[in-house]
Amino acid sequence: MKPGSKPFYRLTKPILFLACLLPLAYLAAAAFGVAGFGLGANPVEKLLHELGRWGLKFLLLTLSVTPLRRWTGWNWLVGYRRMLGLFAFFYVVLHFTVYAVLDQGLDIHAIGEDILKRPYITLGMAGLLMLVPLAITSTKGMMRRLGKRWQTLHRLVYVIAIAGVWHFYWQVKLDTLAPTLYALVLALLLGTRVYYAQMARIRRQSQKRKISK
Amino acid sequence: MGKLKTQDLGVPEFMLIKRPGDILPSEITAESVYLKRREFLKRAGLVSAGALVVHSSLAAADPAPKGPKLPGIQKSPLSTDEPANTWTDITTYNNYYEFGTGKEDPSLNAVDFNPEPWSVAVNGECDKPGEYAFEDILARHTLEERIYRLRCVEAWSMVIPWVGIPMASLLQRFAPNSNAKYVRFKTLYDPSRMPGQRRRTLDWPYVEGLTIEEAMHPLTLMAVGLYGRELPNQNGAPMRLIVPWKYGFKSIKAIVEISFTRKRPVGSWQQAIPSEYGFYANVNPEVDHPRWSQATERPIGAGLFASRKPTLMFNGYADQVASLYTGLDLRKNF
Repeated sequence: MKPGSKPFYRLTKPILFLACLLPLAYLAAAAFGVAGFGLGANPVEKLLHELGRWGLKFLLLTLSVTPLRRWTGWNWLVGYRRMLGLFAFFYVVLHFTVYAVLDQGLDIHAIGEDILKRPYITLGMAGLLMLVPLAITSTKGMMRRLGKRWQTLHRLVYVIAIAGVWHFYWQVKLDTLAPTLYALVLALLLGTRVYYAQMARIRRQSQKRKISK
Repeated sequence: MGKLKTQDLGVPEFMLIKRPGDILPSEITAESVYLKRREFLKRAGLVSAGALVVHSSLAAADPAPKGPKLPGIQKSPLSTDEPANTWTDITTYNNYYEFGTGKEDPSLNAVDFNPEPWSVAVNGECDKPGEYAFEDILARHTLEERIYRLRCVEAWSMVIPWVGIPMASLLQRFAPNSNAKYVRFKTLYDPSRMPGQRRRTLDWPYVEGLTIEEAMHPLTLMAVGLYGRELPNQNGAPMRLIVPWKYGFKSIKAIVEISFTRKRPVGSWQQAIPSEYGFYANVNPEVDHPRWSQATERPIGAGLFASRKPTLMFNGYADQVASLYTGLDLRKNF
């Protein structure tokens, strides 16, 4: 089976889909005390934090597709990027839902105060809201309709990822080790793009010079 | 009909009268299975993964408290009659950075900590300074059960059946003199026994302080036990401070030094982030933490679908302690 062919995706995409659901399956099992798993003494907090982390992980995974593709030459990797991106959106929405429903009990006043008064929540909310147009325009139809503008819009994912990691960093009480690690990975993933963009620019400039000679 | 308390039955049980919203935690897993699973995970190196907490939430009864029983415990009218949190919750959800910064880290990493032998160095503005052995302290004071609310600055709370010595009677033994305006407490500093101290998350050793009036207040406790047993390592063995009307970080653990001072001590959290943690740290729903609200708190043990509770001024101990702070601007002096 040729990587990137329809049969290849028909086999691998469902497997990836199921794999992406595993974190949720684990958390659901833990929430109901299945198989001896549990969410601990503060289940709302554990659920909230784990869903947030998985949202960030999927964002970083999505951002790692292009660098990985460039490095390996495996162009068929891009076929999975949309699924990873949508799963990031999915986990972030769940994270927000746990916050709004389980933690804040849909207390609109309290939630509104949090969004306005706590910078880290403002940032998180902004990240979530920015994901919405990306999720809506994730379909092939939308890609066709928007053309070049699709590329521009979806560059928002860089801003979203930065907002997400920053939201995490500002949320922790004192131990910034975890958010710092996420930030380093993000810096690496964004850095490779800067590198490739630079290389492309240099190549274009040298070609222009060759033509003009 | 009165509410049954832990001592009435001789076995830690929970109050039988349920209030709406009081979802009593039910933890199943037979103790032997529970311990085997934790041991397995520990050996498999999976335990610091935080997300893996092996206990089910579907059981009928929490595993019984463990450890040597403490003798001669008296009940106290200062105890609340609210239901206490389970042994499991109290001993597996801890902020004790000396053993790691995750909530489950202390219960996993403090297993091998040996709090014996232990002594406290007493010094400063007092007439009876010296090195006092822990056994001496235990032998000379009557132990009391104090069921107190504990409110963490992170906005969660528990009800904990401590066993301890009224701090006032302990401190009076050391005969503080008229220059003693404050009491400063210090935790053990030993990275070989406290692995979390190998990272400078806080400026070790942990330090906390109270005004002499706060230290002498009847509510202030030197806790040496929990649920009638010796204090587990992860809860601050062998002895720790409990100041129930303040945020939990004031209740310093594993105390090795008590000093009577003229100058106000600077606590470790105050030193780390002075804009967020102050000296007084009185529980106050009207003064938010710079990064989150203090108006409500999450009750531990109430389950996934429980709602937050409104936070009470001075953690519900206003009647007993508000007079200590008359005239003090509690927003400025947070």
